[in-house]
This record gives sequence, structure tokens and C-alpha cells, in this order.
Amino acid sequence: MHVDASGRHSQPVGDSRAARLTLRAIALGYLALLLALPVGMVFYNTFADGFAAAWESVTTPEAQHAFWLTIVMVAIAVPLNTLFGITAALALVRGNWRGKTIVGAIIDIPFAVSPVVVGLALILVYGRQGWFGEWLTDHGVQVIFSIPGMVMATIFVSLPFVVREVVPVLREIGVEQEQAAQTLGASPSQIFWRITLPAIRWGVAYGVILTTARALGEYGAVAVVSGKIVGETQTLTLHVEEQYQQFDLTGAYAASVVLALIALFVILSMNLLDRRKESS
Amino acid sequence: MSALPRPAAIVVARPAIAGALATAYLSLIVLIPLAAVVVESSVDGWAGFWDAITAPQAVAALRFTVIASSIVVAINVVTGTIIAWVLVRDDFPGKRTVNAIIDLPFALPTIVAGLTLLALYGPKGPAPFDIGFTRVAVLAALLFVTLPFVVRSVQPVLMELDREMEEAAQSLGAGGFTVFRKVILPTLLPAIASGAGLGFARALGEFGSVVLISGNIPFKTEVASVFLFGQIESNNTRGAAAVSVVLLLVSFALLLVVSWIGTRTDRHAR
Repeated sequence: MHVDASGRHSQPVGDSRAARLTLRAIALGYLALLLALPVGMVFYNTFADGFAAAWESVTTPEAQHAFWLTIVMVAIAVPLNTLFGITAALALVRGNWRGKTIVGAIIDIPFAVSPVVVGLALILVYGRQGWFGEWLTDHGVQVIFSIPGMVMATIFVSLPFVVREVVPVLREIGVEQEQAAQTLGASPSQIFWRITLPAIRWGVAYGVILTTARALGEYGAVAVVSGKIVGETQTLTLHVEEQYQQFDLTGAYAASVVLALIALFVILSMNLLDRRKESS
Repeated sequence: MSALPRPAAIVVARPAIAGALATAYLSLIVLIPLAAVVVESSVDGWAGFWDAITAPQAVAALRFTVIASSIVVAINVVTGTIIAWVLVRDDFPGKRTVNAIIDLPFALPTIVAGLTLLALYGPKGPAPFDIGFTRVAVLAALLFVTLPFVVRSVQPVLMELDREMEEAAQSLGAGGFTVFRKVILPTLLPAIASGAGLGFARALGEFGSVVLISGNIPFKTEVASVFLFGQIESNNTRGAAAVSVVLLLVSFALLLVVSWIGTRTDRHAR
């Protein structure tokens, strides 16, 4: 311990600087080895045989079909979960109904369930031998090994995001503005569209981005209920696995790059929204 | 003004109806299916359930999953805290970018996460060692997907930490590490614990990132979810349901602990 000219104790400067640099090196080295280099490697491998080869392998009929099927999953799951999320958040924050505490406590459950268990659970209810199987078969609806089941699996795994983002925002904004509008004669729907929704919009947007990322990227739950039928029930993530198992590495890497680019875009949007939220 | 005035009006003016709608949706997608897993696991009675979860391959998979998740969480506690520390207290060019890519494991599909590790550290990768189809590979995959949990739970606490206590301890002659251990660490512990709990729950059920890189060798690199996948594919849904119930119970217990930590620290803060 040094004593400087003014007589006060001070940290030996070299010591704390060395500690800081060591910690920085550990953190950055760890992130490089675990995240940056492996992801960089996939990009490198994809374009190792040139851009044309990579482009060709993501534009095969199977790849295109997988891409569109993934878009279908997102296009159904995200709007439904957004509607559910806003509805549930309003009911949980503003309402006082029986069962509210229980629903609030279990809404995060999908995050704690293994994707494979999600798939099994859906098969047991909606599969041919499942609880609703007979009724569904009688009405000519096939859920499992078909697109409806895959959509349900996608909804399951991405269900809590919007609720989680909107609930704290609703708590924070309070009810004063809404009450003021009501006193001035606004109808409930006017209140929702002009006051509540604009106030929670960044929370909703953040939740939608997270839901989309999860819906695009789900693999396990969808793999269990899809039956993995090439060109029919194969999403982009299932396509990556299929190409890898078929030793079409360029195809697997190229499809991965498409998904990784989407992931990077998601992160970028989250950062922009963070700044929006901070400034508003 | 609005294209859909009535639904919005119901949601705002009748929270009970909104609650009923939300509960119905949650039931159809989540609750009834999970109940079906529990029911299916109990069809053959307690003996059947016990036989299913004590089958040698199931025990091996469950044990390996729990051990691997524990090791991963222990590593996460150290590296996650260091990374959070560096992101809050240190300053260097490119810090914003580093902060942003912490979320990459949440945004990147798990199957791609496994493939990226395989590309670098697998049999054909340029790394000087090959971890493909070993237990180390499973650890690497789990480390990848659980990376953000501890970082993102410690970071905000560290940002709001009052620097005065540290300065006081320092002026009383405490060294850097003593200040960290005695002053900072106790404040961070709840955040570290809840990040670790969430990471553990995630690691227990992880499937996509492990499936390609582990080789799925029974009794060696097979994790619980991969074991379950095999059982479902070979139509043993009852045995799969039993093992699923074990996984569900452990995860729910962890979630409860994490939310208990949350409410306790909230009360402390007030």
C-alpha cells in the first residue's frame, strides 16, 4: 500500500490496471472462443467454395420450401402470441379475477420445459392416439406430423415473451391517463387505441422481436411433431440438420448463415429499441 | 378510428373476460398438453413410473445431464460475473458491440449454435483439438446457449451499485479483491443465483445445440432430452413421459427458487 504526497492511502496504480486488463482479457478471450470464432467459422465455411455455391445451396427447392414454411410458422405464431400477450398482460395488471395469481405464476412455464417434452406433450393430446385424437380424425384434421402441430409447438415455446415485456410497462404507466380519458367520455376502445397501446408500444415491439427470433429458430419441439418429411414439414432449422446428416455441409452452413444473419438483425433491432426506450 | 373496436373494448373494459380468453389459450397450448404428460406417465402406476425412470439408459442420461448442467452453471457463475464486470466497469473500443453479441445465443437457433461449435472444434475444424462427439462437446454447447443468463442478470445490479461503499472500504485500506469479496459480491449474489438457476433449467432441457455435436452415444454423451427424443421416435411415449415428468419437476423447482430470490431481493430493495 502506497501513501501518496497528500498522506492518503491510494491503490497502487499498476496493480489495479493489471487486474483490469486481466479481467478484460479473460472476458474477451472467453467470448471469442465460445461465440465469435465459431460463428465466424460458419460464415467462412459457407463462402469457402465461393458465393455462387453458397447461393445455389440455399436456393434448392427443399431449402426454399423450408424457408417459406418457417415464414408461415412465424406469420401465424407471432400475431397470435402478440394478441395473447397484450390481452394477458392487461388482464394480469388491470384485472382482479379468480385464478389471476395462478395464471401469473405459470405463464413462464414454457421457458422451463425442454423442447422435446413440448413435442411429446402435444402428441399426447393432439396425436392420433391422443386425448383429442379421435375427435380431430373424425373431423378430418391432422395436427401431429403436419403443419398445425408445428405451429402449436412454435406457439408454445415463444408464448411468454410479449407478456413478460408488456407487464412491467403497464405497471409503470399506471391508470391515470386512462382514467382521465374515461372522465372525458372516451369509449374503452378509444382508450385502448389512443392511450394504452401507444404507451406500451416499445414493450410490445421488444416482445415481438424476441417472439419472432424464438419462432424462427425453434428446432426440438418442431422436430418431434413434424415427422421431418423433406419438402413438406421441414422448416429451416430442420433443413440445417437434414443437410448436415446428408453430408451436404455447404448446404447446412449456408442455411445456418441465413439464420445467423436473421439473429444478428434481431440483436441490432433490440439495441435500437433499447435506445428508444431509454430516450422515451 | 379503429378497425376492431369491440375486441379492444372487451380487453380494456372487462379484464375478467380477457383473463378467461388468455387462460383458455394457455390451457390449449400449454396446460392440457403438460397435464397429458403427467397422466401418461402414471398410466402404469407407481411401479411402471419407477421402472421407466430407473432404466439404466434413462439413469445414465439423467445423471449426465445433471452433472453437465452443474459444471456449466459453475463456469457461468465465474465467467458471467467477469463479463458483466468488464462490460460495466471497464471501457475499451468496441464495448458496445461486445455487449450486443452477448444476446447472440438467445437469438441464434440452437441447431445453428451446435453447428458453429462443430465447424470450429469438430473433426473437420481448424482447431488444434477435436471435441466432436465427446462429453466436452456437450459442455461447450451448453456453455454457448446459457452464456447470457448470468451476464444479463448481474449487469443491471452492477450498474446500480453504489460506488461509495467501495470507496469507503478502499480508503480504509481494503485491497481490490477484498473490496470485491466483502462489499460487491454480497450485493451481487442474488442476481448471480437467479441467473445460475435460469441457466441450469435451460441446460437441463437443452436439445438442439447438443444433438449434432454430442453424437448421442448412450451411456456416454447422451443427454436427457436426446434420450427422450429416441424414446418418442421408438414409440415408447409412456417411458418418455415418466422421464419428462422428472425433468419438469426439477425445472419447476428451479423456477420457484428463482422467483423466490426475486421477491426476496425486491423486498430488501424497498
